[in-house]
Amino acid sequence: MANVPDELQYSEEHEWVSGELTEDSVVTVGITEHAADALGDIVYVELPTVGDTVSAGEVCGELESTKAVSELYSPVSGEVVAVNEELSDSPELIGQDAYGEGWIYKARISEVPKGLLDSEAYSAITE
Amino acid sequence: MTSETLRSPLHDEHVALGATLVDFAGWEMPVRYSGDIAEHRAVRAGAGLFDLSHMGEILVRGAEADAFLDDALVGRMSAIPLGGAKYTMLCAADGGVIDDLIVYRRDLDHFMIVANAANKDVVLAELDERLEGFDAELDDISADIALIAVQGPLAEGIVSRMTERGADDIVAMRYYSFGTVVLEGGIHAFVARTGYTGEDGFELFVGADEAAAVWRLALSEGAADGIIPCGLSSRDTLRLEAGMPLYGHELTRDTTPFDAGLGRVVVFGTEKSPRGDFVGRAALEAARDARKAARAEPSAASARTLVGLVGDGRRAARAGYAVVDEAGAQVGEVTSGAPSPTMGRPIAMAYVPLALAADGTEVLIDVRGRRESMTVTALPFYKRGA
Repeated sequence: MANVPDELQYSEEHEWVSGELTEDSVVTVGITEHAADALGDIVYVELPTVGDTVSAGEVCGELESTKAVSELYSPVSGEVVAVNEELSDSPELIGQDAYGEGWIYKARISEVPKGLLDSEAYSAITE
Repeated sequence: MTSETLRSPLHDEHVALGATLVDFAGWEMPVRYSGDIAEHRAVRAGAGLFDLSHMGEILVRGAEADAFLDDALVGRMSAIPLGGAKYTMLCAADGGVIDDLIVYRRDLDHFMIVANAANKDVVLAELDERLEGFDAELDDISADIALIAVQGPLAEGIVSRMTERGADDIVAMRYYSFGTVVLEGGIHAFVARTGYTGEDGFELFVGADEAAAVWRLALSEGAADGIIPCGLSSRDTLRLEAGMPLYGHELTRDTTPFDAGLGRVVVFGTEKSPRGDFVGRAALEAARDARKAARAEPSAASARTLVGLVGDGRRAARAGYAVVDEAGAQVGEVTSGAPSPTMGRPIAMAYVPLALAADGTEVLIDVRGRRESMTVTALPFYKRGA
């Protein structure tokens, strides 16, 4: 079974969010180990751009593996304040450490996100 | 079609190896064990082990088995020598491809057909219909047979070591031939030097109850050569690099062998070596003639043809994506595509109009809403030893 850390929040589209979910706080976003496992070896990540406005539930990037391509949906609304540049050269970091080195971007959230799942609820939809 | 998911006789081995299993043509099969790229590279550099037990095996036996197959399939099966194999197709009367097959000749009156898992029941029903009037019978042995493939440049040594006696037979075996060998443990296997990866390799047909023993034997005898179990994901990128068509992608009921650039599998015969009628003959002759005419004047032609595409960017074109013109209108369609682990660039196969089919032609693909440029290139993308 893929790892689903208790301290994170999750979207139904298999992104995770770490950080305080209050207006103006900065959160980190990545994809779950479950999603990374399903994709296989990730060979390319199209990152959002710093300064972009992202909206919850909308596409803000894509992840490409030998097997498939998957769109990255933003789990939160706000402004992108950092992206993980390491992923340009080492997209495999997502598969190796989905919740750590494989983080994708950080956003300053403009509104408290609704509908995120806790680890138990997320685990339930991946079973 | 059955709604029940089928399991390979190697299912427990896959679970023990930690494979990711997916539903594939009604079967629960391994998509990968370790990683797609590592598995792909193992086959290109050393050896990989595949479970292909989902493929269908159909025996054709009888005094007129060869005449029946000549009538039912687009190639001349009566010309296959004993111990030989042939890639061929089962086409409908309108020339559309029902499945692509490999036919092995086991004896003068005994053939084995290997069909795609998803098409096996359709192939069986279609052959059964065409059987009328011939002294031959069909026997679906798919459930009793496991198919294990050892593929890669080091496959010959590994399969040789798996045999109890007859290692010389393995070394002497030519590409697209086969024989019966005895593996360690006294297991009788039907071994063919065929595959679907672009590498040298062997396909071992064994009884379902002996599958686990043969699987483990291949892993232990191949350990020193770095053999690893490989899933359907690496099999797909390997076959794509090798330019091999996949049913449901490059080949469909709406495709003739000529569209797919595989007109050579259709044998019409010559004056010296005449061939009788076969199902689809008239439609396939018309398809051949139309193609000839279109080649003479490609700009006026609406005929489509299968080409290889290589991209400069990193975003891969995938099956179903549109090939578009400058104005954005669809002119063709991608049938398979992936980032190539060997080439480090996106590759794809696509149907395009003949006017766009020349090597070096730049085409545009709508890759998820953005146009990416790709270059037409001759298939295969990868050739062993090249």
